[in-house]
This record gives sequence, structure tokens and C-alpha cells, in this order.
Amino acid sequence: MITRRDFLKTTVKGIAGLALPVTAIEMVSPKMLLAAKGDRPKWGFIVDTYKCVGCGLCVKACKQENEIPFNANVTRTWIERYILMKDGKLFADTPKGSVAMNGFTTNKIDLGEKHHGETLYQEIKSVDIEKAFFVPKLCNQCANPPCVQVCPVGATYKTSDGVILIDRTWCIGCGYCVMGCPYGVRFFHPILKVVDKCNFCYHRISNGMKTACVGACPFGARMIGNLNDPNDRVSKIISTERVGVVKSEYGTKPQVFYIGLDKEVR
Amino acid sequence: MDLKSHVWRPLFVVIVLAASLLSVRQFIVPEGFGIIDKDVGYMYGYGRKGNIDEWKAYKVKFKFNNEYCKDCHSKNYEEMMTNPHAIINCEDCHGPALDHPSDPPKLTIEKGKVECLRCHLPLPYPGSGRANIRGVDPEKHNPDIECTMCHNPHKPKMEGM
Repeated sequence: MITRRDFLKTTVKGIAGLALPVTAIEMVSPKMLLAAKGDRPKWGFIVDTYKCVGCGLCVKACKQENEIPFNANVTRTWIERYILMKDGKLFADTPKGSVAMNGFTTNKIDLGEKHHGETLYQEIKSVDIEKAFFVPKLCNQCANPPCVQVCPVGATYKTSDGVILIDRTWCIGCGYCVMGCPYGVRFFHPILKVVDKCNFCYHRISNGMKTACVGACPFGARMIGNLNDPNDRVSKIISTERVGVVKSEYGTKPQVFYIGLDKEVR
Repeated sequence: MDLKSHVWRPLFVVIVLAASLLSVRQFIVPEGFGIIDKDVGYMYGYGRKGNIDEWKAYKVKFKFNNEYCKDCHSKNYEEMMTNPHAIINCEDCHGPALDHPSDPPKLTIEKGKVECLRCHLPLPYPGSGRANIRGVDPEKHNPDIECTMCHNPHKPKMEGM
């Protein structure tokens, strides 16, 4: 049996409950969200593999700009060469060590093996090539960076503009992040004894400049832009053209997009 | 409430341990450590806040703006602009400008063969812009001398030389 008192109480509660969601839910347009974020950039990168000629000027400029030792086999960015032969064989190499900055100055391919301490090369005849191209690589500045998650000391983190930075004063050099990165972009800095990697030249992009590699490229194969700006060249290309990311199956959500990516590219 | 000593004693030990741990932490954890940006959150945004400004203050070396060179080196600039090499930045061969002309007063000039071969070694790869660049075989074309002995990189065509 329901009393008059209980009935009124439940009714008031019910009306209050119904009224709450109506006021709590507010329609938010994507434009309003963008405005709420202010004019903060979100950095994105495009690599056009058709334009890359493998000259290595980006690697050279990056090493000079970011003070990466020239002769050690470490670099923040590099170029990979892929050669698919008519018989179906695939070759891939990248200039190493002190010649990494010189680009591809030979048609011989580095087999990545050593015989009696000598690197093995294979001569490639142009007529046997089905397709061949260059793929510049750099840090993908993942939206879900596995390298950040594995850092035991909080020495690497993501900034609000989407760049993964390394705190050189706090890195203990354990190397977990080097192992965690599926793209192999992290390395141990032989002089500073901390982990290092590409940070989109954070000192340049934060001060209105382009990254050193973008500036150095004579062919316009590299572009950096603000993905929060719908009128930006890079965000326009990403939204209207066919672009791909490397190893999307890892779920890392890379912010470096490639034009002309092929299934051979690892 | 009546707590016996067998409750109070271990509780006291725990409180002292926790207090000492927290006070030691105060000294060990560097300044600004915590969630850097609430938009990024705890999972990816945990670190030392001051580090962002340290990176922003990192020394810029390259200008990558040929207009910067134009006024003083107008002859070289104009020469460059008349040929396909116009797409190459001055600093690609002359190195970072840094604070030139005050520091360093003179920039390096990289004249090595490799600077030419990085584009002009023929690699006719279909699907790459490299195929469209005119190449030269360094083993057959005057192997003993530098390219710059005959070719001016600012004006690579041999006409009028």
C-alpha cells in the first residue's frame, strides 16, 4: 500500500532525476572542442617517398642540428632503400656509421651480413629491378607511445602538442624504451650516455621554424605541420589524400604519415 | 574505543615508516615532477615539467632560409637561382650558419665528391625522384679529380667556363 507521502516523495525524486540529464548533456561541436584547446599545435609529419632521392642531406642536417656523433652508428633519422627484383627477391639497406650522412652513393646493396669482418655487398643490375624506392624514417611521435609506458623513471613523456621528449637529466639509460619502440628509432647516445631519439627538432618547431630535416631537403620529400589547423598543408594532405603509417597493426597511432608506402616497407 | 598496546605498537611503526618515506621522497623527487599536462594525462604525461622549456631553449644551428644569405652574398645567390641547383639550401653544402657572420665569421665549404654523388650517382629506380636526376659514373668520369675542379656547384652547366 503506497501512502500519499511516499508517492509525492518518489514523484519529486523522479522528476529531479529526469531533469538532471537534460541540463547535463550539452551538444558540443568539434569546432568548439578545437576552440577550447586554444591555438595549441599538434605536430604531424608527412614523408613523400616518391620525392625522396636518397641524398641523405636530412640525415646530415639532423646530426649537425642535434649534435649526434657523426662517426658512431647512431642517428635520429635515416633513409632506407628498398629494391624488389623481378625474380621476387627483396633487398633493403641503409647507409651506416660515418657514411650515413652521405646518402646512397653506390648501386651495390649492403646485405647486412659480415664475412671475415668485411661487410658483404651485392651488385644490383638496373635491368633486374622491378621497383625500387627510398623511405626516410624518423620518430613517429605515436599517440600511444609504447616507449613512454615502459620508462621506469618517468624520463620520457608526451607533450600536449604530441611530441615525445626525453629528459636527459633524468634518464638512467636502462634501455627499456629502446626495446619497446617497434620502429627502432631510439638509441643510446654514446657521449651523453642517455637514450636519444628524434623529437621533431622541438627547439625549432616551438620557435616557429621547420625541423632541420625538412629545411635541408631540396626535394620537398618531408613536411611538418599542425594537425589542429584544418588549413595547414600537412593536415589537408592527410585528410584528402591517400597516406599510410608504418606498422599500424601495433596500435601505436603514428603521427608520421607516408605517401607512397608499400607493403615491403617495415 | 579501547585499543590495546599490541595494536598501537605496530601502527606506530607503520606511521613512522610512512612519514620517513614521504620525507625522503621530498628530497629525491626533482622539482616539477608529476603530471605535466592534464590533457595528456598520467599514462603518457608523467615527467619533469621544466624539461619542456629546456628543450625549447636548445641551440638552433641552421637558418634554412636562403634569404638570410641573400643580402651579403647576392652574387652567389643570384647565380644559384638561375639553375636547377636553386632548390638546394646554402647551408646544405656550407654547413650551419649558427650566428654567422659574428660567430663563426667563416663557414665551411664542403667540396668533396660525395656532396655531388649523393644526388648524381645514377640510381635509376622506378618510383623514386632519383631516376630523374642526371647521373655520372664516378669511376669513369675523371675519377682522380674533384668535381669542383671543372664544375661550379652554383652554376653547374659548363657553358661560359
